[in-house]
Amino acid sequence: MEAFTTHTGRAVPLRRSNVDTDQIIPAHWLKKVTRDGFEDGLFEAWRKDPEFVLNRPERTGATVLVAGPDFGTGSSREHAVWALQNYGFKAVISSRFADIFRGNSLKNGLLTVVLDQKVVDALWELTEQDPTAEVTVDLEAREVRAQGIVASFELDENSRWRLLNGLDDISITLRNEPDIAAYEAGRPGYKPRTLQA
Amino acid sequence: MGRTLAEKVWDDHVVRRAEGEPDLLYIDLHLLHEVTSPQAFDGLRKNGRQVRRLDLTIATEDHNTPTLDIDKPIADPVSRAQLETLRKNCAEFGVRLHPLGDVEQGVVHVVGPQLGLTQPGTTVVCGDSHTSTHGAFGALAFGIGTSQVEHVLATQTLPLARPKTMAITVDGELPEGVTAKDLILAIIARIGTGGGQGYILEYRGSAIEKLSMEARMTICNMSIEAGARAGMIAPDETTFEYLKGRPHAPEGADWDAAVEYWKTLRTDEDAVFDAEVVIKAGELSPFVTWGTNPGQGAPLSASVPDPASYEDASERLAAEKALEYMGLEAGQPLRSINVDTVFVGSCTNGRIEDLRAAADLLRGRKVADGVRMLVVPGSARVGLQAVSEGLDVVFKEAGAEWRHAGCSMCLGMNPDQLAPGERSASTSNRNFEGRQGKGGRTHLVSPQVAAATAVLGHLASPADLTDDRTPAGV
Repeated sequence: MEAFTTHTGRAVPLRRSNVDTDQIIPAHWLKKVTRDGFEDGLFEAWRKDPEFVLNRPERTGATVLVAGPDFGTGSSREHAVWALQNYGFKAVISSRFADIFRGNSLKNGLLTVVLDQKVVDALWELTEQDPTAEVTVDLEAREVRAQGIVASFELDENSRWRLLNGLDDISITLRNEPDIAAYEAGRPGYKPRTLQA
Repeated sequence: MGRTLAEKVWDDHVVRRAEGEPDLLYIDLHLLHEVTSPQAFDGLRKNGRQVRRLDLTIATEDHNTPTLDIDKPIADPVSRAQLETLRKNCAEFGVRLHPLGDVEQGVVHVVGPQLGLTQPGTTVVCGDSHTSTHGAFGALAFGIGTSQVEHVLATQTLPLARPKTMAITVDGELPEGVTAKDLILAIIARIGTGGGQGYILEYRGSAIEKLSMEARMTICNMSIEAGARAGMIAPDETTFEYLKGRPHAPEGADWDAAVEYWKTLRTDEDAVFDAEVVIKAGELSPFVTWGTNPGQGAPLSASVPDPASYEDASERLAAEKALEYMGLEAGQPLRSINVDTVFVGSCTNGRIEDLRAAADLLRGRKVADGVRMLVVPGSARVGLQAVSEGLDVVFKEAGAEWRHAGCSMCLGMNPDQLAPGERSASTSNRNFEGRQGKGGRTHLVSPQVAAATAVLGHLASPADLTDDRTPAGV
């Protein structure tokens, strides 16, 4: 995973709540067996509308998505995170994320930042009035900064440490191999098995 | 202090607990399918890793499979390549696979329980958000992303922060014609699509205890639509009865030891939930959705709500956008909404009791002119059972299409899709924009409402059907 320390970029204000993962990446894109090439599928239905915010020329190259509450609801498809990253987003800001999407994002180095809706409103107003306004997402300081806005955010220390260092979860877990083996030795015999012993 | 059911199952699976770290949790059962696993197997290969516990892993094909002509090569080359990738990966790593055409193939959340693999007090994961279904057995079951699929394949564990617990107590008796689907849709409308976020839900109370295992699965299945990763129901005699004799259920002394453990899996009387919701079963009626998220629902007897009636600005905007997408007017009675398609199936309502309920209403009746009805069993076994009971004949005589098992129109990944602007009454779990096909409009309903709607051509409950049946044999 790519490390995330701090990022500054222009933003896309997405004034919608309950943006589900079917909107982020529709199911027909899920037939692909790679982690890349999903950028054209991102918000595919909405992008057919030339007025959709992502299609506006002033948003080209923006890297921070500022979305309404309950972003990433629905399906567990990690493809939603890959689509956002493939398109070029480095961070997503919302007042509330769905659990599975949030977990997936943090495992891929896409920083999902939870801020109060009042701050999200302020970021929307700023970036709608001035599309060139830059937003900084600083994981080291746990802070989002933009013109006239400074807001701190929470992220558990363990997730932050893994993101700052770009660490791979599996290799961290495998350091605990003796614990896993010990647990397995004590599992009851009645537990289900998919293969006959 | 006492512990909740979720806390007991959680504690029994902690491999390692350390200050400042998430718990490392052992996974008893890992279910795989074609859509969320290819990149995980690639990761294993890239790092030279094996599947740690092949005996706790099983795969099937469901999301992408056709429901017609399953004995012929799959027409769409991209779909075919994805299924071939799963077959190749399972062969290379040694994973048990039930491919299309196999008698145990089907929607992954129907297959696990019917094989008896889903058991009380186990941890179950799958790269699919509806893994919450398995919580009906008192299992801690949740959907995971592809990175976590790879993690479980390699380590049989997951590092996880323990969620909070929420009790959803449903007391009383569900009125006649009101089903588990109506109940869960009403619960989601009440707590909202984010209401369960960060919680494991425990459904309890006399109305829940009276439900069959299949109805309990319908409830737990949609926990994710309320934002909760997992929903659970304490195991009881109904659970044990369902499991006994299934292919992977314990036998003999193992069965006795298992039941003894399973009986401890109840929330202690002095346990405290972080949140509680109480629902009165007797006040419920058939429930349908009008909007584009599962929380936008109302009793069938109600009308499409007026967005102006919402105080919260973001809910008001969401309702406005939903009505525009759905092509509905505020104040329009829900019963006046005509549909083009009726879909019966999915991991929510694709089990034998669902098919029986729909068939009972269709027997001697016809699907309305201009309405297409698709009946897709949740698994090949459910399909065989339905055929043995003659349900396929009932569906076909009524004018419905009887298909092979799979996820089908629930998510429209295979050819079973709505055309732009087409409207469906669907027993599935998500009414998101375009979920069942680009521009398609979905109303979530129970199998009973689906059948009545198919006959009348507009959203309807069984009570709306007049005694118009053709007598048997005529």
